[in-house]
Amino acid sequence: MKKINYSEVTPEKIYNNRRFFIKSLGLGVSSIAMTALPLINNANSNEDNELTSYKDITTYNNYYEFGTAKGDPYKYAQNFKTNPWNITIDGEVEKPIQISIEEILETFVSEERIQRLRCVEGWSMVIPWMGFSLSQLLSKVTLTSKAKFVEFESVYDPEQMRGQKYPVLQWPYREGLRIDEAMHPLTTVVTGLYGKKLPNQNGAPLRIFIPWKYGFKSAKAIVKIKLVEKMPTSSWMRASPREYGFYSNVNPDVDHPRWSQATERIIGNDIFAPRVKTLMFNGYGDDVASLYTGMDLKKYF
Amino acid sequence: MNRYFKPSIFFLSLLPFLIIVYKIYFNQLGPEPVKEITHHTGEWTLIFICLTLAMSPLKRLTNLTIWIKFRRMLGLFVFFYATIHLLTYVGIDYRFNWTPIFDDVLKKKYIFIGFAAWLLLIPLVITSSQRMMRLLKHNWRLLHKSIYLIAIFGALHYIWLSKTIFFKPLIFAIIIIILFLFRFNYRKYNN
Repeated sequence: MKKINYSEVTPEKIYNNRRFFIKSLGLGVSSIAMTALPLINNANSNEDNELTSYKDITTYNNYYEFGTAKGDPYKYAQNFKTNPWNITIDGEVEKPIQISIEEILETFVSEERIQRLRCVEGWSMVIPWMGFSLSQLLSKVTLTSKAKFVEFESVYDPEQMRGQKYPVLQWPYREGLRIDEAMHPLTTVVTGLYGKKLPNQNGAPLRIFIPWKYGFKSAKAIVKIKLVEKMPTSSWMRASPREYGFYSNVNPDVDHPRWSQATERIIGNDIFAPRVKTLMFNGYGDDVASLYTGMDLKKYF
Repeated sequence: MNRYFKPSIFFLSLLPFLIIVYKIYFNQLGPEPVKEITHHTGEWTLIFICLTLAMSPLKRLTNLTIWIKFRRMLGLFVFFYATIHLLTYVGIDYRFNWTPIFDDVLKKKYIFIGFAAWLLLIPLVITSSQRMMRLLKHNWRLLHKSIYLIAIFGALHYIWLSKTIFFKPLIFAIIIIILFLFRFNYRKYNN
């Protein structure tokens, strides 16, 4: 049975307006969806809470499995097969499971979650994802006491992913979170955007999204979620441990060794729009700063 | 026939500039327009550096002196594109907000080396005329050898700003190294 979402028949502008209307009535499906986007007090700009257009979100991507140019994922991911698709949850769990994407979509209700994406390269978007908290998915298994970290493994299929034929990064792509980060309600399993099915170039059929961390932490096309005791080494840490840390929290005070992280450009703005100040934890400090109490974030970057 | 060469090459060299003007005017720059202008002009600066460096090997390979006649013009286009590149960064990207710019130049090695390369171009532009060539005599050749240093700086600038090891910056580095070796062989050969 094909489910038709309104947004498939609604222009983006009206979609945006309706969203605003629902918000103003306070009839949000979930409180988190509505509070997920922090209010930004920035004298430099008044536009940074505007949704990035569907076109920009789906044609301007970093997804090296399909090539390193921003337009490559859109160009080369169109025929990527996301069905059948199974996700394994194993490692430090009582009983490992394998779950199909259909079952995930049936079991968990995806809600709209408008979240900011800040790329480590210094640009940002505001994306209306469809998704649910990772903690819900992880509740399908019973964690052992050794489950201290979560490792995400993306699909490895060089036949379909031309970028994987080049050793730009170590494939398959790996990312990781500390267990408390993984269990945080803002950590989202993404199944769609703009009310539609998740496009291939954005990580279909299922990706993770962690709004207070640089974009590369949010692994795409996930096939395996492994609970582990030791801190996993992500693909980017392996590529350059001095530059890409495990935490990779958005932090304007900790520069990338080679470029500044103090400001960002908002995708979709015209050439005369100024850069805006980058916010600590990408503006989600109220929700997540407590996860890092007492930690030296310059050391654990 | 020969008299059409130079104007044609001048016009062709101007094309990348016209393309970016067209893209700005017709809003064809994509989701990150400032980066697009910066990358476009930066890449063309490197291409013109390679072209400039290729002229004397081409002269040798083809036994035609005509190539050398284009070298000055191509060299001036290096400065032209490098300057637009720099102005985009300073003026459009950072809106002449000097604090972060100074910070970048001093602390970030890819910006430092890129800026250094641009500074090193200035004496070459000033001394590019026939008159200066005559005036400086053998010192002119010595001074203009700094284009090799500039080329290496340019390639490093590109390599260092990339997130990891990428294909395109490496290609530029390889081409520049090959052109460098040509020069080296040539000198050995002449001695």
